[in-house]
Amino acid sequence: MPIYRPPRIPASEITPERCFLNRRAFIATAAGGMLAATAAPALASALKASESRYKVDEKLTPEKDVTTYNNFYEFGLGKGDPAANSANFKPTPWTVKVDGLVGKPREFGLEELLAMPLEDRVYRMRCVEAWSMVIPWVGFPLAALLDKVEPLGDAKYVAFETVVRPEQMPGQSGYFQSLPWPYVEGLRLDEARNPLTLLSVGVYGKTLPNQNGAPIRLVVPWKYGFKGIKSIVKITLTDKQPPSTWNISAPNEYGFYANVNPEVDHPRWSQASENRIGEGGFFGANRRPTLPFNGYADEVAGLYSGMDLRANF
Amino acid sequence: MSALPALPRKYHAASIWLLYAVGLLPAVWGFWLGATGGLPGNPVKEFEHLLGLWALRFLVATLAITPLRDLFGINWIRYRRALGLLAFWYVLMHFLTYMVLDQYLNFAAIIDDIVRRPFITIGMAAFVMLIPLALTSNNWSIRRLGLRWVKLHRLVYVIAAAGVLHFAMSVKVVGLEPWTYITLVALLLLYRLLRPILRNRNRGRRTDAPLPGRERSA
Repeated sequence: MPIYRPPRIPASEITPERCFLNRRAFIATAAGGMLAATAAPALASALKASESRYKVDEKLTPEKDVTTYNNFYEFGLGKGDPAANSANFKPTPWTVKVDGLVGKPREFGLEELLAMPLEDRVYRMRCVEAWSMVIPWVGFPLAALLDKVEPLGDAKYVAFETVVRPEQMPGQSGYFQSLPWPYVEGLRLDEARNPLTLLSVGVYGKTLPNQNGAPIRLVVPWKYGFKGIKSIVKITLTDKQPPSTWNISAPNEYGFYANVNPEVDHPRWSQASENRIGEGGFFGANRRPTLPFNGYADEVAGLYSGMDLRANF
Repeated sequence: MSALPALPRKYHAASIWLLYAVGLLPAVWGFWLGATGGLPGNPVKEFEHLLGLWALRFLVATLAITPLRDLFGINWIRYRRALGLLAFWYVLMHFLTYMVLDQYLNFAAIIDDIVRRPFITIGMAAFVMLIPLALTSNNWSIRRLGLRWVKLHRLVYVIAAAGVLHFAMSVKVVGLEPWTYITLVALLLLYRLLRPILRNRNRGRRTDAPLPGRERSA
């Protein structure tokens, strides 16, 4: 049984007044910029975001690799397929419906989401396939969105859903379907409220390219990448553990929790080490040991105290 | 097929050497790209997968020689040894890439993989089975082993099946590409099963033709 703990707020988490005031200034400019943003939304546009303490001090994975080496099966199975096959995808206009066990269910337009207090964050990303990146995301904590809908007391989980558009997503049409659509994912509410859990609207300072999950995606840096559901259209708070696509597809290989754990192997490969993408090439030492919780143990290990992480993989 | 122009005999040897040279080009090209930063994303994996895929392609080509001759009258038997050896070289390079470039000769991890991961166990078994076939691919061995050579080289059927299984089990979702190879190998192996039956029927048809003596007795 998971043990629930109220989210801890470390002193470092309290926003200094200086930043707080900056934020107001930012919102004022963002409000003006919004009109411009809605005028030409399809192309990657620059995002304004504040600094964040969540910055991994490691070399960034080159933007080219971040935007051309992707798993997004809605656009195909190859790593290059999402970049190659997503040109016709229309990330605007967009709305995200937030419903379920909440006091104020509602829809959020993309403009409103882009006007949330955005932060620049640099996270490690560890794919379940044993490769990793270091990615500069732009986004806001999922908790900030949840606060707006006022989750009810019996809400224990958050369920997410990706858009279904076979006409714009070639992987969702045709004879061969790799996964059941829509892609769904879920988090425990305390995981969802952890300050690390990010709703990302941009990468490398610009709005998300289609292949990275435009216009809004989840980033949970201590979990395997497949938890980071892309192109989200629906967020539902619930009292039951929601289904997750890879878990449905192969329950013995992909768990609900999917916390990065070098000690628990995927049945078909070791998770003890990872290949850092875009580094080293053939001969550089780019295989590095994988860290427990992808290096975020200090922030999140407490969420799982008392749990058997081998059983809850 | 009669439409296919026959290669003059004097070019046979040269054409086989050309096949070796052209057959090794994908590996050379892939290695060059990977070493100079031309392979995107995860260059070691890209190269590893490229070598594995070409190994499968050459295995399929090796197995296609006999049905091509039987069903279409195209006799490319002179290229079969080169195709089989190319498959062997690609499997060897595939394994070496995994061992050296991917795992940095971390033997503990490699042995762990081979023992505990069925798809790697199967792939490794296919590689091991290919070794005696490669070693006995010379004329001397063929003469020396005689019928035993034919029996030994039937291992290639097991190897091809293991190869596609290794591929299909290694991917997260068995997509079009693994299915293509599974289908090709399944058809080529099925042909071997049906071949004796087809032959008997052809022979039967010939003997079933009414003989002068039989007509009278019936």
